[in-house]
Amino acid sequence: MQIQTDFKDRILYMRLNGEMDEHNAALARRTADRLADDYAHSERAVIDLSNVSFMDSTGIGFLIGRYKKFKRYGIPVYVMNPTYNADKILQMSGVYTLMPKI
Amino acid sequence: MENYMKLTLAALGENEGFARNAVAAFALCLNPSLSELSDIKTAVSEAVTNCIVHAYKGQGNGSIGIECRIEPTAEGGILHITVTDEGCGIEDVEKAVQPFYTTLDEAERSGMGFTIMQTFMDGFALDSGKGNGTRVSMFRRIGATQQNTEKERVDA
Ligand SMILES: Nc1ncnc2c1ncn2[C@@H]1O[C@H](COP(=O)(O)OP(=O)(O)OP(=O)(O)O)[C@@H](O)[C@H]1O
Ligand SMILES: [Mg+2]
Repeated sequence: MQIQTDFKDRILYMRLNGEMDEHNAALARRTADRLADDYAHSERAVIDLSNVSFMDSTGIGFLIGRYKKFKRYGIPVYVMNPTYNADKILQMSGVYTLMPKI
Repeated sequence: MENYMKLTLAALGENEGFARNAVAAFALCLNPSLSELSDIKTAVSEAVTNCIVHAYKGQGNGSIGIECRIEPTAEGGILHITVTDEGCGIEDVEKAVQPFYTTLDEAERSGMGFTIMQTFMDGFALDSGKGNGTRVSMFRRIGATQQNTEKERVDA
């Protein structure tokens, strides 16, 4: 799972590409956490899920884990463009109460 | 003759994608909608991931059994899926199915796997005991509209 990044107006955009399951999540966790360290001066972070073609409960743990990581730098995290499948899972698990959907 | 499919897989992370896609490919004979397929894939992924990370504790030396069977109905059919492992088993099944219950918090698990299986499928059963492995059985009606489902229940 790859992450494309963009930094504009002090907002860090992370666009995830691929299928979010346990097997694929490890690399994405490391990459996103390194981005948090590198862009610790961000005002906010946005995780774009438009290219995540599959997601299971691993995605819930992944997003909550990143929420906690960015929170250490005082950076709020937002979620963008979840697909039908991801949206259903994130809705039912209450992830959007921590990281609003924009 | 009823259509069926049986698979035995090594409990390795790299088989997670194959397992859910194999079940989805089998389900294609029922002409499912994209959202039905997506729900089935997610439920299978939950069950298979649980075998890998919980039943065999990620050691990758166990095996996972997946069986699918199609029960024909007037509207299309019912896809029955069972996922079995011979791993550590679950001591308290009632507790395990509670939303947000997890024994692997430190590994970023959320405890939503069983809740997702129950929500995304039309039927779900969990059969497990400490040291006895685990069997997850689920089914999903394909091609049935909400009204058909209602009618079935009323007629039954
Ligand atoms: N096949 C299995 N073998 C042994 N224990 C299991 C198995 N499946 C689930 N469990 C136990 O049941 C608990 C709940 O499972 P569930 O899938 O709901 O959540 P999780 O796997 O912990 O987290 P998530 O699925 O959200 O990533 C697990 O934490 C584990 O203790
Ligand atoms: Mg699980």
